[in-house]
Amino acid sequence: MAGIVIVGAGQGGLQAAISLRQEGYEGTITLIGAEDGLPYQRPPLSKAYLKSGDAEALRLRPETFFEKSDITLRSGLWVDRIDRAGRTVHAGAEVFAYDHLILATGTRNLRPPIDGVERALDLRTLDDAKKLREVLSTPQRCAVIGGGFIGLEFAAVARGLGHEVAVAEAADRLMARVVSPEMSQRFLDLHHGLGTAVHLGAAAQGVTRDAMHLADGSEVAADVVLLAAGVRPNTELAAEAGLAVDNGVVVDAQLLTGDPAISALGDCAVFPDPATGRAVRLESVQAATDHARLIARRLVKGDSDGYGAVPWFWSDQADWKLQIAGLSAPGDDTAVRADGAVFRFAGDRLSSVETINNAKTHMQTRKRLGQGPVSRAALKAADLDIAAV
Amino acid sequence: MVKVIYVAKDGTRTEVKAQVGDTVMQTALDNDVAGIVGECGGSMMCATCHCYVDDAWTDAAGPRKDGEDDMLDCAADEVKETSRLSCQIQLTPELNGLVVHLPEDQV
Ligand SMILES: Cc1cc2nc3c(=O)[nH]c(=O)nc-3n(C[C@H](O)[C@H](O)[C@H](O)COP(=O)(O)OP(=O)(O)OC[C@H]3O[C@@H](n4cnc5c(N)ncnc54)[C@H](O)[C@@H]3O)c2cc1C
Ligand code: FES
Repeated sequence: MAGIVIVGAGQGGLQAAISLRQEGYEGTITLIGAEDGLPYQRPPLSKAYLKSGDAEALRLRPETFFEKSDITLRSGLWVDRIDRAGRTVHAGAEVFAYDHLILATGTRNLRPPIDGVERALDLRTLDDAKKLREVLSTPQRCAVIGGGFIGLEFAAVARGLGHEVAVAEAADRLMARVVSPEMSQRFLDLHHGLGTAVHLGAAAQGVTRDAMHLADGSEVAADVVLLAAGVRPNTELAAEAGLAVDNGVVVDAQLLTGDPAISALGDCAVFPDPATGRAVRLESVQAATDHARLIARRLVKGDSDGYGAVPWFWSDQADWKLQIAGLSAPGDDTAVRADGAVFRFAGDRLSSVETINNAKTHMQTRKRLGQGPVSRAALKAADLDIAAV
Repeated sequence: MVKVIYVAKDGTRTEVKAQVGDTVMQTALDNDVAGIVGECGGSMMCATCHCYVDDAWTDAAGPRKDGEDDMLDCAADEVKETSRLSCQIQLTPELNGLVVHLPEDQV
């Protein structure tokens, strides 16, 4: 028995190892990750960690856990090839044999072809966040390329620390890919209120020593530029091994690739959305860990249930906690409840609910969506009370 | 250092040493206590760190924090009066010897 090899020791890769042991797997588990040190959580990198600098608090499991659970963690090791015929992965001169391989390689920052982009900083890894904290220790004029979750979380923290902040977003609203126009507007007001300059419909075109240049020819003075314009899934290993890749490693409802000995999970995987069957790739702790649990159950217990978890997500910006339950497409309809909760619909089906500082509605939605689809007519009849349908 | 005792549904007791200032959730994960998941890392986002504080310790552990009720509403297992999110219980010297009971399911 060669055991199970997991490539990528992030949130999903680690969860796969943990869940395999919890389900009772007794073979060898080798968790290989390119980053140094122990696996850690990324969400706080743009939130609590930026403020506190407490790296200990990010750690997912202590070193002793790996010994006790008999999980071989190989940190700081880059896997450069999969040999599917021989069932081995190669990292330099080292070779690891597998019975089953789990790809959990995540994403890396997209580096768009902008002049001077090499001057811009990233926020993806602990090393990136450390660098940003160092920079923020003295007063700065910060510019952020990209008005998505990470860029806006950073902007809120930087403003909170007293820095000047400007955000440039190429789309005509903030977080356009993931939230409703109503939410985009509320967050625009929030960031304006915090004193952040927000430029919409403003593609960044260049970065120089002291400015960010926008497509309309204007420039924003900046000592520090953060690049937060999206990510690219790490699919090279899979592609070179001949596995299907389309904006991610393509897997079926069992999270299996075309090779029955290889699964993929988390940020790097494209899977059928349980609600619509549409191929989606999610970047969330929820997807990474729920994927990992399903794969472990399948490998150890032989479960053949398809993946059906309800997606959920959160973002902290200043003292607003945005929560999203479900998954919507940018064009979905919206209905706003009196308390501000935003209900989104794909045709007659409730696709997601967005809330700010309203954990109750968020949790009610997660619970309800887990029981099956909710129709718009039923929700309307119940005055948008998700607990009543 | 303080002592925390986790009692699983089947009665198994796990006694661990913990750092003052750490949470009951983090302590469980650090010591590989099965039965606490803590998916959101203590952001009060997941309710997978549900525990029942032993009757003898409810006063010392204090009341639920703002927002805990709403999250607990959706915990996977039965919610009782003693239910807490273990990520919201921070260990103090007064909690030395704390006993918490674990639910059967967290997800
Ligand atoms: C700043 C920031 C804030 C976030 N905030 C939130 C949030 O609030 N809520 C939320 O749900 N999600 C958030 N996310 C997203 C969340 O962190 C990811 O969805 C999650 O980490 C995905 O887990 P993963 O295992 O798929 O990938 P990752 O955790 O990214 O792990 C992938 C690992 O694989 C390694 N790797 C890649 N290729 C190789 C190779 N060839 N050999 C060896 N190792 C390799 C990488 O180095 C990396 O360590 C945030 C992300 C960031 C960066
Ligand atoms: S760890 Fe998520 S709510 Fe406690």
